[in-house]
Amino acid sequence: MNARENILKRLRERSDGPLQVPESDFSVVTGRDWTPQERVERFERLITSVHGEVIHATLTDWTARLEEVLKAKSVRRLALGREHPVPVAARAALMDHDVELVDVDRDIEDWKREQFETVDAGLTSTGGAIGETGSLWLWPTPDEPRLISLVPPIHIAVLDADAIEDTFFDVVEAHGWASGMPTNALLISGPSKTADIEQTLAYGVHGPRELVVLIRHPRESA
Amino acid sequence: MSVQIYTPEAFHRQAHDALGNPQIRRNFRKAMDGLMSKRRDVFSDWDLEALRELGANIRLRALAKLPDLLERLEANCQANGIQVHWAENGDEACRIIRELCEARAARAVIKGKSMVSEEMHLNQHLEAAGIEALESDLGEYLVQLNEQTPSHIIMPAIHLNTDEISEILHDKTGTERTRDVDYMTAAARAQLRERFMAADVGISGVNFAVAETGTLCLVENEGNGRMTTTVPPVHIAVTGIEKVVEHLRDVPPLYALLTRSATGQHVTTYFNMISSPRKPGEHDGPEEVHLVLVDNGRSNIYQDNELLDTLRCIRCGACMNHCPVYTRVGGHTYGTTYPGPIGKILMPHMLGLEATKDLPTASSLCGACGEVCPVKIPIPDLLVRLRREAVGEGRGNVPGAGVKRSRKELLAWKGWQWLATHPTVWRGSTMVAGKLRGLTPTKLGPWTEYRTAPKPAKASLHALVKAHQHKDGEGRS
Repeated sequence: MNARENILKRLRERSDGPLQVPESDFSVVTGRDWTPQERVERFERLITSVHGEVIHATLTDWTARLEEVLKAKSVRRLALGREHPVPVAARAALMDHDVELVDVDRDIEDWKREQFETVDAGLTSTGGAIGETGSLWLWPTPDEPRLISLVPPIHIAVLDADAIEDTFFDVVEAHGWASGMPTNALLISGPSKTADIEQTLAYGVHGPRELVVLIRHPRESA
Repeated sequence: MSVQIYTPEAFHRQAHDALGNPQIRRNFRKAMDGLMSKRRDVFSDWDLEALRELGANIRLRALAKLPDLLERLEANCQANGIQVHWAENGDEACRIIRELCEARAARAVIKGKSMVSEEMHLNQHLEAAGIEALESDLGEYLVQLNEQTPSHIIMPAIHLNTDEISEILHDKTGTERTRDVDYMTAAARAQLRERFMAADVGISGVNFAVAETGTLCLVENEGNGRMTTTVPPVHIAVTGIEKVVEHLRDVPPLYALLTRSATGQHVTTYFNMISSPRKPGEHDGPEEVHLVLVDNGRSNIYQDNELLDTLRCIRCGACMNHCPVYTRVGGHTYGTTYPGPIGKILMPHMLGLEATKDLPTASSLCGACGEVCPVKIPIPDLLVRLRREAVGEGRGNVPGAGVKRSRKELLAWKGWQWLATHPTVWRGSTMVAGKLRGLTPTKLGPWTEYRTAPKPAKASLHALVKAHQHKDGEGRS
C-alpha cells in the first residue's frame, strides 16, 4: 500500500499548487436533431462503409428475413439466447428449420472449444444504435453472453429502427448509463478488422468476419 | 532479418541509418500520407476546434482533480469487484503482474495492445519468470515474431511492408509466402484463436478509466482486446495514472477525437467498457479483474504547470503521423517506447535527459504536432522547454536537467550578448569579420556535413542600409 500513499501524496502536494477546474461545454457532441429517417440512413451508410450488412424488415416479417440470411450464408449452427423476445421469436420461427439452435446459457468453460470451432453464427438483440457513427450498442446478459457477438464467424444483430439515437453522448445521457453500468457494455461498428499489414484493410481478424444488422421497422413505415 | 537494438543515446547514428534506407522511408511516407488525408476527411464535417477545446478541457479537468479521481476510481472499481493495485514504477508493476500470474499458476498469458506494458518491458519480465506472454494485436504479434518493438503507438508494424510480413510469417509460423493479406490475416486468426482458448491470464491496457462508474474502456478494431478481456479466467488491465477521466459523459468526446485523430475512422469496430468481473449467473468473462495503476515518472511531470500538459495525451499518434522528422526516420530511430513528438516530450521524464538529450532537438519546431493534437498539447513549446532544461536554463524539474550545459557554449553566448549590447565594439567587429572573411573555416562540425560553411559578408547589413539611406537622402535633396 506504500506506492498508493506515495503517489497520492506527490499528487496532492503538487509543487506548483492546486489547478483550476475548467467548465466543459458538451454542445459539440449533441443536438444533431436528425429525423428518424435521417438516423436510419446515416446508420446504414456508415455501418455498410465498414462492411456491415443491413437488412430492412418489419416487426412481423423479420424472422422470415432471418431465415433467408441463414440460408444465404449456409449457417448450420446458430447460437442464441432463450429469454429475450428476439431469440424467443427466432427460436419459434426456426423450430422446424434445419438450422441447429445452440444454447448459450452455459458456462463458457463447459463449451469453449465447441463455441470457437463449431458455431457458424451468433444472434443477439441490441440495446439500440448510434446514427452518427453507425454503431450498435449491446449490454450482454446471462441470456445473451459477451462472446456470442465475438467468437462465431458471423454476428447477426437485431435492431429496432426507433432505437437509433443521434450520438454516443446522447445514448449515455438518455439511458442514464452513469447511474449503473453492466459488467460489460459494448459498441459494435462493423465486423472485426485490421489494417496492420501495410494499411491494407482485412476483415475478420479475431472476431466475426461478417456483421448482419436486421433493422425492424414498425409496419406502417416500412 | 537481423535483430537490432535501438537506444535513444544512439539517435544520431540510427537516424543516419534510417535516412539511408529507402525501404523504411517508402514504408513510412506511404503510411503517413494515407493517415493524414484520412484524418482530414473524417473531421471535415465537424467543428474540430470546438471538439478539441472540449477534449483538452476534459483532460485538464481530470488532471486538476487527479488524486481525488484516482481514489474515486479505486473505490468504484472495488465496489464493482475489480481489484486495484498501485505501482510507483515499471519494475513494481511488473512484479505485481507476475505475482498475480503466479497466484493462478499461469504459464500462458495473452496480451491486448498496451503501450504501458511496453514502457515497463513486461513481456521480458514475465518470460524471465517462465511465463509466456503472447501479443494478440496483429501488428504487435508480427513485431513480436520478428523480435522487434513497435515503431508506432497505434500501428506497431507500420515499418514492415507486405513482403516482409509474408516472410516473417513464413519463417516463424510456416505459412505460405504470399502477398494475399486476407490469407495472412486468416492464418494469424487461426494461430491466435488456439492461444486465446489456452491462455490462463489476459493482459490489456486501458484507453479511459472512468472514476464515476469504475469502468475501464478499451478501443480496438480487431476483437483481440475483447477476446483478451473475456476468454481467460483472469484479466489484468494496466494503465498510467493519467488515464482517468471524471465522468462517463467525458468519454464520448475523447473517443470521437481518438479514433478520428489516430486512423481517420469515424469510430472503431469495438468500444469495450468493462465494469466488473463475471457476476453470479453470468456465463462468460473473467472471474478476476485487476487494475494496475502505474506512476513511472508521471507524478513528477504533474508537479510543473507547463510540463503537466504532457499528461493530457490520449495516445492517438496524430503527432507522429504529421511529423516530418518521424516520417523520414521512422519509429525505431528514437530508441524509446513512445516515438515521435509525444515520445520526445514524454521519454525524457521516464529515462532522464542524460539518455534522451538528443530527442527534444530532433525537431524543426514546424508546429504540425501541436496543430493536430486532439487535446491541444503545445508540443513545440514543451520541446523548447526541454531544450532549456537540458542546458540547465529551465526550472530543473526534469531528471538529468543541465546535462548539456557546456561552459564553452555558455561563454560564447555571453560574449555574443556583450558584443551585441556595445554598438561601437559591434561595428568594429563586424567590419573586421568582413575584412577577414577569407579566413572562415570550411569545416564547422555537423553544419558543414550537408551545407557549405557560412561566410560573413563584405559589409554588414547595418553598413549597407546606412549607405543606402545616405544615397536616398542625396537623391531627395
